[in-house]
Order: sequence, then C-alpha cells, then structure tokens
Amino acid sequence: MGLTITEKILAAHASKDKVTPGETIWVDVDVLMTHDVCGPGTISIFKEQFGENAKVFDREKVVIIPDHYIFTSDKHANRNIDILREFVSEQNLPYYYDVGTENYKGVCHLALAQEGHNRPGEVLFGTDSHTCTSGAFGMFSTGIGNTDAAFILGTGKLWVKVPESMQFEFTGKFPDYIMAKDIILQVIGDIGVDGATYRTMEWTGNAIMNFSMEERMTLCNMAIEGGGKNAVIEADEVTLKYVKERTNKPYNVYRSDHDANYYFKKTYDASTMEPIVAKPHSPDNKALVRECSDVKIDRSYIGSCTGGKYTDFLAAANILNGKKVAVNTFIVPATTEVYKDLEGKTLNGKTLLNIFKDAGCEIGDASCAACLGGPKDTFGRTHGTEVVVSTTNRNFPGRMGSKQSEVYLASPYTAAASALTGRITDPREMLN
Amino acid sequence: MEQVIAGRAYVLGDNIDTDQIIPAEHLVYSLSDPEEKKNYGKFALSGVPEDDAGLPEGNKLFVEEGKFESEYTIIIGGKNFGCGSSREHAPACLKIAGIQAIIATSYARIFYRNSVDGGFFIPFESSGKLVNDIRTEDNLTINVETGTLTNNSSNQTFKLQPLGEVAEIVKAGNIFEYARKAGMI
Repeated sequence: MGLTITEKILAAHASKDKVTPGETIWVDVDVLMTHDVCGPGTISIFKEQFGENAKVFDREKVVIIPDHYIFTSDKHANRNIDILREFVSEQNLPYYYDVGTENYKGVCHLALAQEGHNRPGEVLFGTDSHTCTSGAFGMFSTGIGNTDAAFILGTGKLWVKVPESMQFEFTGKFPDYIMAKDIILQVIGDIGVDGATYRTMEWTGNAIMNFSMEERMTLCNMAIEGGGKNAVIEADEVTLKYVKERTNKPYNVYRSDHDANYYFKKTYDASTMEPIVAKPHSPDNKALVRECSDVKIDRSYIGSCTGGKYTDFLAAANILNGKKVAVNTFIVPATTEVYKDLEGKTLNGKTLLNIFKDAGCEIGDASCAACLGGPKDTFGRTHGTEVVVSTTNRNFPGRMGSKQSEVYLASPYTAAASALTGRITDPREMLN
Repeated sequence: MEQVIAGRAYVLGDNIDTDQIIPAEHLVYSLSDPEEKKNYGKFALSGVPEDDAGLPEGNKLFVEEGKFESEYTIIIGGKNFGCGSSREHAPACLKIAGIQAIIATSYARIFYRNSVDGGFFIPFESSGKLVNDIRTEDNLTINVETGTLTNNSSNQTFKLQPLGEVAEIVKAGNIFEYARKAGMI
C-alpha cells in the first residue's frame, strides 16, 4: 500500500519509513510561526517551562509576524508587540517583521509565502488555525496553541496523530467567473464544518493545478473551516517557480502514490461549478449566489489571508473598474507586498488602487483588520446590525465585531459585484 | 488529577466556536499576569448568542455581570466543540472562569489538543448526545476513573468515551510533564 503526500512528509520528519493514519508520532519541526495574539502567551510558557535564560531550539526556524492588532490605540495590543520585539532581540531572531518598519509585512499566512518560509516537503506549525494555508506548497502545515508552540520553541518537536486523507479532485476547467473561494465554500457546504475533522484535505485534478499559488492558498486556507488538520496540494512547476523566486533553501517534493489509501475520494466536474456564498452564521451554510439576490447588504469587505491577495484584488478591480460602489466597501490588502501591487499594477492603464479609490472604496493598511473583529477601532469592524458580504473565512456570530451583524462569505468577484448593487449579486451579471 | 469532579452544568449546543468562547477583541490581555488574566474569566462565553446561552431555556449568563468567575463547573456541549481559531485563550478562559471539565459529543482538533497539552481540564467525549438529557443548573458528578457521568438531578448515569492516545498526557498533567516523565526534556 502506498502513502499520501502528508503521510510521506510526516514519516520523513519522524525518521520512519512509513506511518499509518491514527498513529501518534513525534515530528521534527522545520518552521514555527507565531504572531502578536499568541506570541506573548507562547513566550511566557516557554520561559516558565525552560527557564528565563532558555534559548529557542533553532533561531533559523522561528518566524514571528505581527499582523492581527496593528493599527489600534489599544494599549494591551501595543504592549503585546513590545513583548515580541523584546523576545526577538533577546534571542537574536533573524525572521521578525516588525510593525512600523520597512520590514513590516502583514497577514502571516501570505507573508510566510512571500518571504520564502513555505517550502515543499517541510513541516510548519503556527499559532493560528489558518496555518493550513501553507499546504498549498506541498508541505505539512497546521495550527496549534501557545502550549504546543512553547514546547516546539524549547525542543523543536511536537506529537502528531497521523491524519487520514480525503481527496478532492476537480477535473476539466473552471468557468472564468469561478474562484478558489467558490470551490472551498462548495466543498465545506458538502462535507460540513466538521466533515474533515482530524483529516487531511488533499486537492488534486487539472482544474486545481491550473490555479495560481494565490488561489491554491485560498483553497488550503479554509480547510480548518471543514475541521481539517491540514490541506495539501502537490508541488509542481508553478509552486517551484514561486518558491525559487523567494528562497535558496533546499526542499523535497513529495507525491501521493497511486495506491495510497484515502478515507474518502470525490471527483467534481469543474465546468459545472457556480458562484457560492456561505450564509450567516456558519461557513457550511452554503447557497448559490443567484439564490440570494434578494439579500440587501450594508457593506462589502475584501481582504484577509483568504481574500486579500493580489489575484483577489485583480478580480475585484475587473468588476469595479469605472463604476461606483453602492455600499461601504473596504479594501484591505493582506500584506505590504500586496499593497505595493495595488499601487504598481494596472488594469486597462489604471492602477488597481486608483480603480478602487475612484469606485468609492475605503483602503486600509495591510493586516488582519476586521476579519476577526478585533479592538473597537479596527478598520472595517462591525458595530451594529450590518449585513456584510466578505471575502474572509469565518461568519460565526460576532466574528467581524458585532454579534448582531450578519456575514455572507463570498469570492472577491461576488463581493465586488454585490458592492455595486447593494444586494448579493452573481458576478455573471457584471462580467462579460 | 482529581478523580471526582462535581458541580453545576452549563449546557451548550453544536459548533460552539472560539469566537463565541472568547470574542477576538478580548485577546489582548496577558495570560500570565494574575490580575490581567482575570478578564478572560469575565468574558468567557460572552460571544454565545443569548438564545443558545445555557440550554434548554437560553438567556442564562455564564458569568454574572461584574464577576470574573462562573457559578458553573462543568460544560456540556454538542458536536465540534471549540471549532475555529487555534487561540489557547479559549480553553484558558474557561479554566480561569472555573470550569473543571467539558463533556461534548465531539471536539474541533486544536481546541482538544490545547485542552490536553495545556492541562486546562479533561475534554471528555460523551457516547451519545447529552444536550437533551442534561439541563443547565443540573448537578453533575464525573468519576474520572470509571469514566462515568451522573446527573444527580435526574438520577441518570452516562458512560464517557475512553481518552485514547492522550490518556498519558492527561495523567501526567500537561505536555511538559509528560515529556519530562518520558525523558524527552
């Protein structure tokens, strides 16, 4: 019996020839990532357990990316960044992307990719549930809490229960109006918010492999909304080109064997996919966008690790170019590199930034911003009964700030089309 | 590890996510400062919609206005308890509020791991759905050794699932104690 990509990576990091789903193993960690929300707690547990003067297991393998509560006057949030800064200085860590400097990046999951920390075949843990995003690079990546992160900081190891794999294959070609966000919302709607609990979501098929790295990251990003432990897409030339432009470090490409064992396999015909939303208050509350055309919205929000990448804004700009939005529309680039793309890249001779400004959108600085609500002064946060169409990843009650607000998760195409009409709108009405 | 856990039940439904357990705006407080961390008790479960808070009636505050600890000791949950974020503030806030055990039909993976590795409390899994058999305010007793739950208010007894692969970590107290006993650190 062959092995899946995930089983091969985990076996290699546990110095074993093979591993079996359900088995508990200890793996060697290639990268530990933390940020401003969980970093301070991780650091305090690390010191409590390993001593005030303890050193991290390998300074080359620790990456700290403040991104959650950055542009706020909240004194505790700002204090937390100071704690990160002090730890980085004390440990002399090379990979820290400090707020208020040219080094600042923004949302950790995209920053990891853009700064060359995602490498095929590696094991990456992060103190953020959307760490599964990095699986788009053919690596094992998953979210953990402060205690597990502190354990890794001290030892470079962590226990893992080897997950069973679920394979989602998309054959043929997606229609032009379909984005990765539609696909992940479709699949989560099909399997439910705990449909992949303790399991790997492996994406395959020529329609998936035609996606850019950004779109692949969107697919893997929301595996956690299906309960998944990790997501993975086999590395190909698209992956290697992206990686080689950003790092010289070595990596290993693993492929699933043809006779690998899967808990579940499903094949979709890519050409039949339709734009999807997740209605309030659960990511699996699936509906076709065209079935929701009577839902009036107060706000459109385009941003986050899920929907705030260059390709997401290019899609939105295609719809908003030369038009005016009908509701408050927030544009939040995930990282400073994306912000630079908005300033520098053009569509029909006009920068994306100017397209958004002329359409009447409000532009925020790179960070997690209102994706998870955050401090009261967070850009784009809800405070009342707003109905929001959003390219983010969660629509739990209160997720974007107010418990009374309602969030519809959608693709950047759908969020932009809805911004123009003030109701949930199928992008096919605007494209062509 | 306590062999008997007793106290009042607070009952919740399916898919209680980490934003309901501790809304993200409160994640700014220190988890190590003894005074500051009390805020996590204050805001524990404050994101649960009123109708779902303390079933079956709902509209029951988990932590009274102005207080930092709950009057409830054991949470009864449905499926996929703790889904969403990896924030360890979620099990931590429940512990800080005074929770000693959770019994749910199933858990989201990271919340389960955090509860065990951090040694906050034992995340027990029930053998069937308990949400219909236990009401908020019921008096419960958990016998950890025999893996049974008794509802003293209705004289019903329920079997809990064995702890499986995490039993040794639970017994040791947390991942660090486990690793020390195993000679890893």
